[in-house]
Amino acid sequence: MKARVHVMLKTGVLDPQGEAVRHALGALGFDGVEGVRQGKVIDLELAAGTTEAQVAEMCEKLLANTVIESYQIEMQ
Amino acid sequence: MKAAVLVFPGSNCDRDMAKAFEAAGFDVSMIWHKDHALPEGVDIVGVPGGFSYGDYLRCGAIAANSPICRELKQHAEAGGYVLGVCNGFQVLTETGLLPGALLRNAGLKYICRTVPLVVGTEDSVFTQDYEKGQEILIPIAHHDGNYFADDATLDRLEADDRVAFRYGRNPNGSARDIAGILSENRRVLGMMPHPERAAEDAHGNTDGKPVFDALATALERVLA
Repeated sequence: MKARVHVMLKTGVLDPQGEAVRHALGALGFDGVEGVRQGKVIDLELAAGTTEAQVAEMCEKLLANTVIESYQIEMQ
Repeated sequence: MKAAVLVFPGSNCDRDMAKAFEAAGFDVSMIWHKDHALPEGVDIVGVPGGFSYGDYLRCGAIAANSPICRELKQHAEAGGYVLGVCNGFQVLTETGLLPGALLRNAGLKYICRTVPLVVGTEDSVFTQDYEKGQEILIPIAHHDGNYFADDATLDRLEADDRVAFRYGRNPNGSARDIAGILSENRRVLGMMPHPERAAEDAHGNTDGKPVFDALATALERVLA
């Protein structure tokens, strides 16, 4: 089984990389890009029976820094 | 007086830090990240700068979960002294020994230059040889030094007089110009600037030396 974890900077935490991407899109002529937030996608291959709660624990302990980041888990 | 300097794959300021401790009179041991114990009777643990584990996942995140960092946490929780510089500061926030986190620099660039710092407090074994408000020059060299914490945490740090150093001119977007902070018991200092790179005449600047000398003086008194 697999799980996909999305890690994003929390709302309110400035994302300078996202801002740089937004400026670059503007420079390429893509008007109307009002905001860009950049994050990470982490794919996990898991032993059968691994629970979402266990993946959440992985997120809390290592995959995300919950001081600045939020995470979402998709069990697949 | 005994100091231990942790060494992770990718640490690159470990020997500089060891030299600075030695010059202040410490016996220094270098401790590899896979070790499961700190030397007995260690007074201070140094967490050096560098790129531990290639900065994978987040700066300091993998190091913070290495075997030796469990020992580091126990050392700190038992009232031991800890100095984390640059990547070491990132490791200390990732372990939870210090609040907040270090984000990518606001200008997105890696910055390597000497910057003015303002001493925020004299009330710690690390900063007692400075005067509050004193301006010193210390090198920085980082890509992720933009200190972040929520407003309540920042207010508490300020109310408790735990901001050890502030940037004179904020180079990286750090909240409230914060360059270094102390733990609640004031025995753990994390800072992005490198005092060990301004600690000998040959460095051309010794503004960072008082951090190590003050620590030595304080520990000598405690141990006497």
